[in-house]
Amino acid sequence: MGANLVRALDGVTHDFNEGTFWAILGPSGSGKSTMLNLLGCLDRPTSGRCLIDGTDVALLNDDKLSELRLRRLGFIFQSFNLIPQLTVAENIALPLTYLDWDPAAASRRAAELADIVGLGERLDHRPTELSGGQQQRVAIARALANDPPLLLADEPTGNLDTATSESIMEMLRGLHADGRTIIMVTHEPDIAAHASHRMFMRDGRIERIDAS
Amino acid sequence: MIGIRTFRNIHLGIKTLLLHKLRSLLTMLGVVFGVGSVVAMLSVGEGASAEALKQIQKLGSHNIIIRAEKPENPEQNNSTQRTRLSTYGIQYDDELRIHETFSTIERSVPAKIINKEARNGERSMKVRVVGTTPDWFELMDRRIIDGRVLSWHDEETLAGVCVMSEHTARELLAGSHTTGHALHIDGNYYYVVGIIETEGSEAAGVQTPDSALDIYIPLSTSRERFGDRDVQISTGSFILEEVELHQLILQVRDLAMVEPTADAVKTMLERFHKQKDYTMSVPLALLRQAKETQRIFNIVLGSIAGISLLVGGIGIMNIMLASVTERTREIGVRRAIGAKRRQIIGQFLIETVVLSLVGGLLGVGLGIAIPQLITHFANMPTVVTAWSVILSLSISAAVGIVFGLYPAYRAAMVDPIIALRHE
Repeated sequence: MGANLVRALDGVTHDFNEGTFWAILGPSGSGKSTMLNLLGCLDRPTSGRCLIDGTDVALLNDDKLSELRLRRLGFIFQSFNLIPQLTVAENIALPLTYLDWDPAAASRRAAELADIVGLGERLDHRPTELSGGQQQRVAIARALANDPPLLLADEPTGNLDTATSESIMEMLRGLHADGRTIIMVTHEPDIAAHASHRMFMRDGRIERIDAS
Repeated sequence: MIGIRTFRNIHLGIKTLLLHKLRSLLTMLGVVFGVGSVVAMLSVGEGASAEALKQIQKLGSHNIIIRAEKPENPEQNNSTQRTRLSTYGIQYDDELRIHETFSTIERSVPAKIINKEARNGERSMKVRVVGTTPDWFELMDRRIIDGRVLSWHDEETLAGVCVMSEHTARELLAGSHTTGHALHIDGNYYYVVGIIETEGSEAAGVQTPDSALDIYIPLSTSRERFGDRDVQISTGSFILEEVELHQLILQVRDLAMVEPTADAVKTMLERFHKQKDYTMSVPLALLRQAKETQRIFNIVLGSIAGISLLVGGIGIMNIMLASVTERTREIGVRRAIGAKRRQIIGQFLIETVVLSLVGGLLGVGLGIAIPQLITHFANMPTVVTAWSVILSLSISAAVGIVFGLYPAYRAAMVDPIIALRHE
């Protein structure tokens, strides 16, 4: 292993400030996914530090990392990743079940969130009965269920057509406007244009940063 | 909170299983048939042994029963070409000796049993004339329907009286349950003094000492009127038999002494009988053997059940492992959202347990239905016991836990980053 060791991120030092909307761009292998995994507490750095709200991720065990994800983070994926056997309402309420919410309160919250993303009429539908754009909106509602300060989005429009992508980005901008911090990985400059800041990466390093 | 989460996991487990109805059904089929066959086989075994125990208990667990049996090469006392006399069976002296020797014996009940034709006016039937002492009735403890049983006074006075079984009374006295009739048997009259119930039956290979065709007369009367020789005429030759007592029942006072006494009596009989012209049966020993047989039967069944449930469990584990692979993405999403490893373990474990328990419940249904069919079509007694149902349900739950642990562990060890990239 040692000889072929790949440094996915090397010598990167950066602060993502609260309330900012970042787009991370770069070709595949540039380290942008690794960056997102570290920020999402799914991975720990082999060396160096990754601080979330001042907590060093490297020092946390698996359970503590899960706890941090549960309370502070929301994930949005390229392929939506809804759970097929659950209804829209149950998918949205999924984080709340792990937070041990009362089932009645959790379904009220799910209904509110479904209304916010415009799917209030589809609570009892299965993910497979929805279009891609609708599924992504359910996924956003799910990411918001635990009211996280930080949203992480991995190519959120990668599987959507242009018009639907625009509406999803509108939604993310709205969330940013409400004061949430969003960090999004994308390779499309059009999509990245919606963010307040852009980070260009190459070979595990930050190549350049610009703000709009 | 744990309660709510467990309940939710059960709910989710059922939903996931319903999502693939056919697959879930096929997966649990092993457990269904495993549990079903266990419950069914145990009920058949239980039914058979309950029947046998009932029969053996009818014989009386305190009793030792000795019956006369014609030996294969009977002793020929006095043989001419056409007449053969064979002497065998229990002797009056045997009874005396046993009675005087063994203090463990509470009472000994001798019986001369002769098949004769009994008549009451126009009516007649073949009956079993049992010459015995009043102790017989103490020992058998059958319900008196009318009149009284034989007394020692009858015995001493060689009275011409008889007690009939209910069945014989119905046939011969034409349903009139009245005592005081006189019956005609082999040239002598007997006054009916009582009618009793009988338990005459021959099921599960055990014959009770009494039969439905019995007429009881005092032993002394039987000796006096019939003697010890019995003539049977068949195909032109006489078969002459000399039998003193056909049956001797010994009642032992203490249950613990039944088998030692039986052994000692056997030794004594062997000394005085040159040939084996009797058989001895000890209901208690039969009972013990029946229980031992039942125990071995249960062990064999248990092993078969164990194997079939093992196979069922492996089937479940196989599908659950496939399910874990198939649902890698779901596991990744749940982990990303914040599920801890043990919550993933709990989810998959509960799913497996639900699968095997539902299979177990279906199996119990099958296991209750099959004995009904067996009883209905094969006319065999079956007993579905609560413990066999509880046992097989707990085993199926245990199968779920044991064979669900590894797939659940595999699910929990999935790396969320890889899982989210999994197609």
